[in-house]
Amino acid sequence: MIESRTAWLECLIVEEQVEFTLSELCRATGTSEDQLALWIDQGAIEPKHASESEGLRFDGVSLRRVRTARRLARDLEINAAGIALVLDLLDEIEVLRAQLLRR
Amino acid sequence: MKYKDYYEALGLPRSATQDDIKRAYRKLARKYHPDLSKLDDAEAHFKELGEAYSVLKDTEKRVAYDRMGDQWRNGQDFQPPPQWDEGFEFSGADNQPGEEARFSEFFDALFGGARAGGGRASPEWKRQAAGSGQAEGMRQDLEDAYSGVPYSTPGRDHHAKVVIGLEDAYRGAQRSISLDTPVLDASGHVTVKSRTLNVSIPKGVYGGQHLRLAGQGGAGFGDGRAGDLYLEIHFRENGRFRVDGRDVTIDVPVAPWEAALGARITVPTPDGAVEMTIPRDSAGGRRLRLRGKGIPASGPAVTPGDLYARLNIVLPSADGDQARAAYETLRQAFSFDPRAHFSGDPS
Repeated sequence: MIESRTAWLECLIVEEQVEFTLSELCRATGTSEDQLALWIDQGAIEPKHASESEGLRFDGVSLRRVRTARRLARDLEINAAGIALVLDLLDEIEVLRAQLLRR
Repeated sequence: MKYKDYYEALGLPRSATQDDIKRAYRKLARKYHPDLSKLDDAEAHFKELGEAYSVLKDTEKRVAYDRMGDQWRNGQDFQPPPQWDEGFEFSGADNQPGEEARFSEFFDALFGGARAGGGRASPEWKRQAAGSGQAEGMRQDLEDAYSGVPYSTPGRDHHAKVVIGLEDAYRGAQRSISLDTPVLDASGHVTVKSRTLNVSIPKGVYGGQHLRLAGQGGAGFGDGRAGDLYLEIHFRENGRFRVDGRDVTIDVPVAPWEAALGARITVPTPDGAVEMTIPRDSAGGRRLRLRGKGIPASGPAVTPGDLYARLNIVLPSADGDQARAAYETLRQAFSFDPRAHFSGDPS
């Protein structure tokens, strides 16, 4: 662990400047690969692309999605199909809220 | 220390069955889950629920809690009677690692690890709790590291929230952020270590996004690199501006004649004031877009947000003869019926 220092640390905006491999996404969200695979099967989490050489790649917005999925699965005991449904509904609510704001 | 009424938290009488408790918890958990609820106090409420449920769902803890008596009221000053848990035989607790780290002082005193130790045999849950908390992850890392394979492991990724002002997103900002991290010392004790990180908040970031600070998470073991730190960005509540992604909306009060005749007005933005033109004959509620005056782009690949000025026509009060005369003149000047098409018939 690095002690406080005077230099200002630079950082990346995950949603715009970061891509994850499967194992990076698991590590960043504290999710097991098995669990993530179930969510991918249900279409709850979608890889950006998959290639033979590099495996699955996820864009930065997956971080938030997987963390939400993980909290919901843990706190409310929701299975993979339920997670896919809840995430879709949450997306829809967000769109509707934004529309409401715009009126 | 304040007494916590766990039955009240779940909205149940003390006579509730274990099934009642489970049902009430699940229903309330869905209602107050921070990912599902937009209520301001959802997170605090959800924590209270979790704490209440973790005690009441466990029949042994529930019996011990009930033994405190029902004369206590929520929030009342409270000290547990000395040796209150003596004479109970407890089996192992089933707390999730780290679960009780976020619970109240009341919970800690009764079921946490704070008073554990000494010569007296303490219930299993206390001995467990003493070694858990957020440091559990670190303990796991240590175990991984000492178990031989793999010798080198990267450190864990950590997460924290950071609240910034809208103006920070417009200009970028340098922020000192204090983080409390549980650390396992050489003798295996958990201590909380505070550290301060000086972070450059990049211009163009907006609420809900995450920042990644490479190598600022948990320490790695062996040749393993340190984990990363993720900061979730939240905007400080702002009564004036509403934000959606990079688009920012502000309500602009205008006089009726400004809306009718057109005007040049000055509108505040989080990054200084801008001039804008109200076109003549603007209706109330009209949204005027100031292109690119929302939250700026974070890089060449994204477009900056827009600022929307929503016109809110404000009527001057009609107190005073002069004001009334002016309204009267208006009335006579127009043959205006705002309810001309205001009937119940579908047209």
